[in-house]
Amino acid sequence: MTDPRQAANALELKDLSVAYRVGRRNRAVLRNVNLTIKAGEAYGLVGESGCGKSTVALSVVRYLPRNGSITGGSIALDGKDVMKLDAEALRRARADSVSMVYQDPGKALNPSLRIGRQLTEIFELAGVTGQAAEDKALAMLNRVRISDPAGVMQRYPHQLSGGMQQRVAIAMALANDPSMLILDEPTTGLDATVEAEVLDLIGQLRRELSASILFISHNLAVVSNMCDRVGVLYAGMLVEEGSTRDVFNDPRHPYTVALLRCLPSGGQRKDQGRLDTIPGFLPGIGANIVGCAFADRCALATERCRAEPPPLYELGDGRLSRCHYHDKAQSLPRATPAEIAAAQPKQAPPVLQVEGLNKTYASHGRPLRAVKDVSVSLRPGETLGLVGESGSGKTTFARLLLGLVAPDDGGSIELEGKKLAPRLASRSEDQVKAVQIVFQNPDSALNRSHSIRHILSRALKRLGGLTGKKLDNRLEELVRSVRLTDRHLAVKPRQLSGGLKQRVAIARAFAGDPRIVVCDEPTSALDVSVQAAILNLLADLQSRQDVSYIFISHDLGVVRYLSDKIAVLYLGRIMEFGPSEAVFSGPHHPYTEALLSAVPKLDRSESARIRLDGEIPSAANPPTGCVFHTRCPRKIGAICETKEPELAEAQPGHTIRCHIPYDELARLQKPKAVEPA
Amino acid sequence: MSATDTPVSLPTPDTAQRSPWGEVLHSLLRSGTFLTGLAIVVFWIVCALFGQHFVPYDPLASDIIDALTPPAANHWFGTDQLGRDVFSRVIVGSRDILTVAPLATILATIAGTALGLVIGYFRGIVDDIVSRVLEAFMAIPVVIIALLAIVALGTSKITVIVVIGLSFAPIIARTVRSAVLAERELDYVAAAKLRHEGALHTMFVEILPNVIPPILVETTVRLGYAIFAVATLSFMGFGIQPPSPDWGLSISSNYGMIGGGFWWTVLFDALAIASLVIGVNLVADGVHGAFND
Repeated sequence: MTDPRQAANALELKDLSVAYRVGRRNRAVLRNVNLTIKAGEAYGLVGESGCGKSTVALSVVRYLPRNGSITGGSIALDGKDVMKLDAEALRRARADSVSMVYQDPGKALNPSLRIGRQLTEIFELAGVTGQAAEDKALAMLNRVRISDPAGVMQRYPHQLSGGMQQRVAIAMALANDPSMLILDEPTTGLDATVEAEVLDLIGQLRRELSASILFISHNLAVVSNMCDRVGVLYAGMLVEEGSTRDVFNDPRHPYTVALLRCLPSGGQRKDQGRLDTIPGFLPGIGANIVGCAFADRCALATERCRAEPPPLYELGDGRLSRCHYHDKAQSLPRATPAEIAAAQPKQAPPVLQVEGLNKTYASHGRPLRAVKDVSVSLRPGETLGLVGESGSGKTTFARLLLGLVAPDDGGSIELEGKKLAPRLASRSEDQVKAVQIVFQNPDSALNRSHSIRHILSRALKRLGGLTGKKLDNRLEELVRSVRLTDRHLAVKPRQLSGGLKQRVAIARAFAGDPRIVVCDEPTSALDVSVQAAILNLLADLQSRQDVSYIFISHDLGVVRYLSDKIAVLYLGRIMEFGPSEAVFSGPHHPYTEALLSAVPKLDRSESARIRLDGEIPSAANPPTGCVFHTRCPRKIGAICETKEPELAEAQPGHTIRCHIPYDELARLQKPKAVEPA
Repeated sequence: MSATDTPVSLPTPDTAQRSPWGEVLHSLLRSGTFLTGLAIVVFWIVCALFGQHFVPYDPLASDIIDALTPPAANHWFGTDQLGRDVFSRVIVGSRDILTVAPLATILATIAGTALGLVIGYFRGIVDDIVSRVLEAFMAIPVVIIALLAIVALGTSKITVIVVIGLSFAPIIARTVRSAVLAERELDYVAAAKLRHEGALHTMFVEILPNVIPPILVETTVRLGYAIFAVATLSFMGFGIQPPSPDWGLSISSNYGMIGGGFWWTVLFDALAIASLVIGVNLVADGVHGAFND
């Protein structure tokens, strides 16, 4: 897809080194990064957080924070040395040739200006005024295929959904027809379905525009779908580079190999083995690195790796690897043994039985049905995965179970055969400790004023009913069970990394030997290697303690890895419920089909692509009939608009809420290649 | 049991980094605003504590013959209508105001924090009612409240402390309330509920430590206002009583003399009040900056 019209490279970094000044010391963040993006090329930069990805982007436009400085090397945009530009020339370069799109479109747009005003502003800066500028702005919105562009012009950012905001941000970035477009995690905060739309859009725009793209993402699958070439950044160094296909199919650096292995892919499940992890931690910024930066975490490392920094070996075909043993990289042994004890078949009576649960909020005087008529059951040691876009009622359902919000009258929640009071305050001590949660964001979930010891001891005291010596013994056990050590007890949460904080949160949930633990997106804030370790931990704890999970995640690969049953929610209703394998392998509800199709795949193996149009409707004003009919690609006719389908049993234990008969769904969805389980 | 049981090598927690409080202290000590304010305040505290040992005259001793002499070598700031040395009186005049104002502020902070925690935590009807009452209370000028209290309780330092403390409490309560409203939405509060923690534990053990920074900022700001309020009440005769050399009181008993050209009997006390209020406000500014960097 490379456009060979221009000979000059769109971006050239030569030996770029950047340091941040922290505590009166310059700490290296980027170390001699060499990187070239040809005109019209899309280049992906991947790596875990703290590797320096965003620093690369900020350096290119010289937007480094005040304590950051470029300590060496050069940056050339379109052949011009960015470092040598004076203030005015730099402003011109930013205005004319480079554009950036950031992760959070809500923060990139001015909340107090209408979209139209913000867009025309860019053209006015370029000298176009009045009606002409407005026409151009409208054309830009058309270009990013936003529905009702004229209406969007009149709206404020908060009146748009996240996906639409990001489209507007992209429109603004493209307004100056840049030669270089920098996308820094542009889809990270978005739902999978919206992410798929935005990625499609970027893909289409690439064909129309001449812009080169620097695409930064922690999501390997997204990069593999979007980019021609990819560079892997580790500890501020480029450790591997090559064409996307080569790097992801035939990685030549142990770090890339390990990163790819951390992802639950190809339908891997917890009972088929644990995910591989990357032991150890990324060197801190400014760490003094002797030898290979990855040596401490690499099972292939030898004395040579620890002593002699590897150069970027050229492997031909434009491939580079910073590993002495690049030819052996793929023989990297697993850091975590895959084998696990075989799971016993579960025949115990259900630990959780939910019947006809409803939750209605009042929204501007109108009822908003956040959860409608949900019934599920779960056995001990099983995981129920909840999937659906944001606004589908996943979190509300979890909060109903926990008693944090009271459900509407009628409906029941039974725990081990005993009815649970709707309100937490009226539940017994035993019932309270039996249902616990691991929150999404450990920074919010752990009290920042308390030490880890205080947090866990308090939980053991209240939930475990322990005191004194017994408490201390159990504390030690608990800490070890989540693979922390005594050292971590004395510190406050802020002194721990995200993964360690999440371990503390898990330990707290397990303090009172719970029967059910709700996991609300527990790994969405974590890097893939840390995510793998947390998922392994959850799977281990489950097989040991026979605890059941309610697992909420937007990452279907993660849900699939951990879940035995899946409930697909849409506007508070269960659209499909059944054993995990049946739901994933299909035939499935058209909504499930769309969700699965939206997931970017590493191997670009997508066959049939189904995209959902438009936004998830408001729960305060749900569509008539089948709530999904407004977006359903398989809508069959008037019946979908008038009659809400029943949740009908398709196969034993597998129910689908759709007017299309199961056999017909099977026939319609047949051409789609079924992934090997 | 799987082999993942062995603890993965975890990094030593980074204890080298400063604690949040260390961070605040560090930036306070580098803030010119804070240090200037602190110097002024410390100067007046030293004067209050040890002033009587180094002033040239007894601040209470009158000398009618020397009354109303303008500033000169033997009386730097001149003398008042009773012939008392104005310089000596100004130096030790901070004694009462520097006990009454901080005590009033502490009272306001304690009462306001407790009130703010309760209404912020419970919200709903409790918040609606209490907040309206507080707003009504805040609408009444301090002086009116003081007048009523003095009629009811009689004049004493305690009355002044209680009056100023209680009239500032609603303002602190409002600050605490808004901080608590943000905190109570965080998941650690939900986690406390999921342990069946009582409301008192959740408010005072879980939430309170996290709202200390705004409380500290508000307290230092209030201290400045409290000094001003004490001086005002003394000036009006409701506050500190004679024969204390209190600044407000001195201005009150001498301001009739300005017309006669005896400016020195009032000016230096007024400057003293101003300098202390400015000093405290600079400290407050510094504290605010340190917490909001």
